[in-house]
Amino acid sequence: MSQTLAIDERQDFITTKGRQKAHLKCDADSIAGCVSQRACVYCGARVVLNPITDAIHLVHGPIGCSAYTWDIRGSLTSGEDLFRNSFSTDLREQDVIFGGEKKLTAAIDQLAVKYHPKLIFVYSTCIVGVIGDDLEAVAKAASKKYGIEVVPVQSSGFIGNKSAGYKAACDALFRLIEPENRAKVGKTKSINYLGDFNLAGEAWIIKEYFRQMGVKVNVVLTGDSSYDQLKKVTQASLNIMQCAGSMNYFAGRMQETYGIPYMQVSFLGLEDTADSLRRVAAAVGDAETIRRTEELIARELEVTAPIIEGYKKKLAGKKAAVYVGGGFKAISLIKQFRELGIEVVMIGTQTGRKEEYDTINDLASEGTVILDDANPAELEKFMAVQQADLLVGGVKERPLAYKLGKAFIDHNHDRKHPLSGYVGAVNFAKEVYTTVCSPVWKYVRPGGVTHE
Amino acid sequence: MLDATTKEIKERTSGGVINPAKTCQPIGAMYAALGIHGCLPHSHGSQGCCSFHRMHLTRHFRDPIMASTSSFTEGASVFGGGANLKTAIKTIFQVYNPDLIAVHTTCLTETIGDDIPNLIKTAEIPEGKKVIHTNTPSYVGSHVTGFSNMTRSMVNYFSEATTSLKKEQVNIIPGFVNPGDMREIKRIAKLMKAPFIMFPDTSGVVDSPMTGEFQMFPKGGTTQAELTDAGNSKLTIALGRFASSDAAEQLDKKCKVPTATLKTPIGIKATDDLVMALRQAFVTEVPYELEEERGQLVDIMTDTHFHFHGKKVAIFGDPDIVTGMTELVMSLGMKPVHILTGTPGGAPGSTVGSFGEDIKELVGMAGIDANIKAAGDLFTLHQWIKNEPVDLLIGNTYGKFIARAEDIPFVRVGFPVLDRSVHSYMPIVGYRGAMRLVEMISGALLDRQDRDAADEDFELVM
Repeated sequence: MSQTLAIDERQDFITTKGRQKAHLKCDADSIAGCVSQRACVYCGARVVLNPITDAIHLVHGPIGCSAYTWDIRGSLTSGEDLFRNSFSTDLREQDVIFGGEKKLTAAIDQLAVKYHPKLIFVYSTCIVGVIGDDLEAVAKAASKKYGIEVVPVQSSGFIGNKSAGYKAACDALFRLIEPENRAKVGKTKSINYLGDFNLAGEAWIIKEYFRQMGVKVNVVLTGDSSYDQLKKVTQASLNIMQCAGSMNYFAGRMQETYGIPYMQVSFLGLEDTADSLRRVAAAVGDAETIRRTEELIARELEVTAPIIEGYKKKLAGKKAAVYVGGGFKAISLIKQFRELGIEVVMIGTQTGRKEEYDTINDLASEGTVILDDANPAELEKFMAVQQADLLVGGVKERPLAYKLGKAFIDHNHDRKHPLSGYVGAVNFAKEVYTTVCSPVWKYVRPGGVTHE
Repeated sequence: MLDATTKEIKERTSGGVINPAKTCQPIGAMYAALGIHGCLPHSHGSQGCCSFHRMHLTRHFRDPIMASTSSFTEGASVFGGGANLKTAIKTIFQVYNPDLIAVHTTCLTETIGDDIPNLIKTAEIPEGKKVIHTNTPSYVGSHVTGFSNMTRSMVNYFSEATTSLKKEQVNIIPGFVNPGDMREIKRIAKLMKAPFIMFPDTSGVVDSPMTGEFQMFPKGGTTQAELTDAGNSKLTIALGRFASSDAAEQLDKKCKVPTATLKTPIGIKATDDLVMALRQAFVTEVPYELEEERGQLVDIMTDTHFHFHGKKVAIFGDPDIVTGMTELVMSLGMKPVHILTGTPGGAPGSTVGSFGEDIKELVGMAGIDANIKAAGDLFTLHQWIKNEPVDLLIGNTYGKFIARAEDIPFVRVGFPVLDRSVHSYMPIVGYRGAMRLVEMISGALLDRQDRDAADEDFELVM
């Protein structure tokens, strides 16, 4: 397989730490014909907005787009579960020929009457972008008719990659958060927590930390959020942002429009968690907040550090490969693996930004392979060359790693327990141990030779 | 969950879908193409389609699913995707070097009207390599239609009648089933000593063994030579009208290979039909091994029939599978009262038949008046169940929401099954597949009986 990497155009997207100051090419379109692990604009928009629990997420297009995104996010809710249904206009041939606006209107009518939602998102898909349905007009009319908000999401698949979808989602969110009363903007001493989608209840863990610190969380975007909460987003005095890939644009626009500043945080691993909590305390708290934060960190560390140390003894010297969606996660994972005595020997993202790749390059050890928008052949090659023991990735990477006899961790939608904060760090260490040290790998025979 | 589903059924006129029981054509075409040896399926459209299909198939089969994409941009959508497809074909052969590429379209490329055959003709294709295609507009049919279309395209591109006399061999088109099912059908054909060509055949591709190496193109799959030779077979057995009959008809039209369209061999009766069709075509005796299996199945059915009799069942999923499951539960004395597929049903008298008519006839034989619907969704199924509760739900993973909401035992059958493993390795077809289904169904029912039993009614022997 290794010779199959002979694709010249891909060379600029791959670099090795050490030789010289690397300039990795990223944020570009994939090359046609590649087995890219990337998704589309609609997918990007849907994963950002999907955790809004009391919204109807109506997909305007043929059935597929809706079917593949039905309840895939794993984001938990403390309230409504309307978002866990799959709504589609199921466009058929005659709709494509004559236009789908009527069908969309009828679908909204039906859903508005059946579910009485406060908010309906209408996602545009590839075909809608081509046949030119006027989503704005339909949404506007429906909003007026039912006195609810119907928000179009401009997410036709072909207008870019997943990042463009994040932007489309942020644009939709930005419309939603427009305050009725400008006087309240930025007036509550509280934070919005952006870029946590409450996978496996992660946002709840972080909110609990803030409660103990005495920091008021205004709204989490978008994990376990609701229409009413979104309406008060602009009241916060600070935005903290974890998943920058999806929320950086939104945070920037909030700063620009409402003067609410933002800071980057990460709650992955002991080091980044403590660092982020301290920075938030310093930014919005007083001496008391800082004291409580230090107490919290000490308390949590006392419990978790020995556990992590125990796993470190078993895992030290192992090598990890990382291929995740966005840059922030990749950066944190390098540090988090170090806490476990594991070196990251290959690292890449689907949609990391240039600044993030610079940070990755600074953090990574000599010889680490860094790559953007990798395809399976590349992942395979570098996992082998770099002798990684495990891969961190998403759905499509899992069986690939297993086939190579490598351990695997899902750090995406299919995670089954929280990986954030102190409890998340312990879960992560346990999961690394479970997969790396499982007895099943002993039975793998190279080349499939089973009896000799 | 699903608290908002009302018992009162109001006709929905919008044509919108709530909780689908189908997905779109391209994923079916991708799965079928994986059943050709050395083939890389190629999705001509936006990146997301390919990514979603690979993700979905990966979750179902728990094996790497390889496919490439034309990675459409805005420019391609305005000016046509020709350049993207040509670049893609060049890149694929240069980088991944498959024996062939099987292109399928998407709603986007269908709507902008890319002329795939012409683009293929003018593309750079290395000596000895091949590019085939099928059209899979997502706004027509369902994933089953896509599977059927790609299978028919295999005939269009490959099959040829080159011999004056037809060979003593049979084509078997297995339909949209798991590799475990394909292996079982092949085993039965081998036992019947019937030389056969199965296409598509995803066994050995999406259930490949663990070797410590990643094979982009695993050992399995129907070879191009076999697909060509299919034109010389003396018979085609199409299993499942919706997924398989189009390709069989095309073989008849193109190469004069007669067709026998049978049900997907789920349950004793449909398996008998397959065995008899093979026996008739090859004048062989049914070997003792198969007779023994059939006898064992009947033995099991008689041992357990009292668990099943009169129990009400709701069944949903792909039309060929649902038809087979309906017949199977009826053979156990159960009453299928709600039967639904998301796939459009086809008109009465069309080549694929009408789902509604077929099922009505099937359940009518037992005097059952069932709710039957093609192009339905799970919201409708849930409402039916609220109005007439059932003892068992059979369908793909998406049924778990209803099963939980209504507290019904649930048996996972069909595509996709995303929350359980091993299923794709194990058959539901043939006598052995039927035994497995009986075990699954009785297990689900008895586990429920145990769970609900009061201490004094909790029995050791059941």
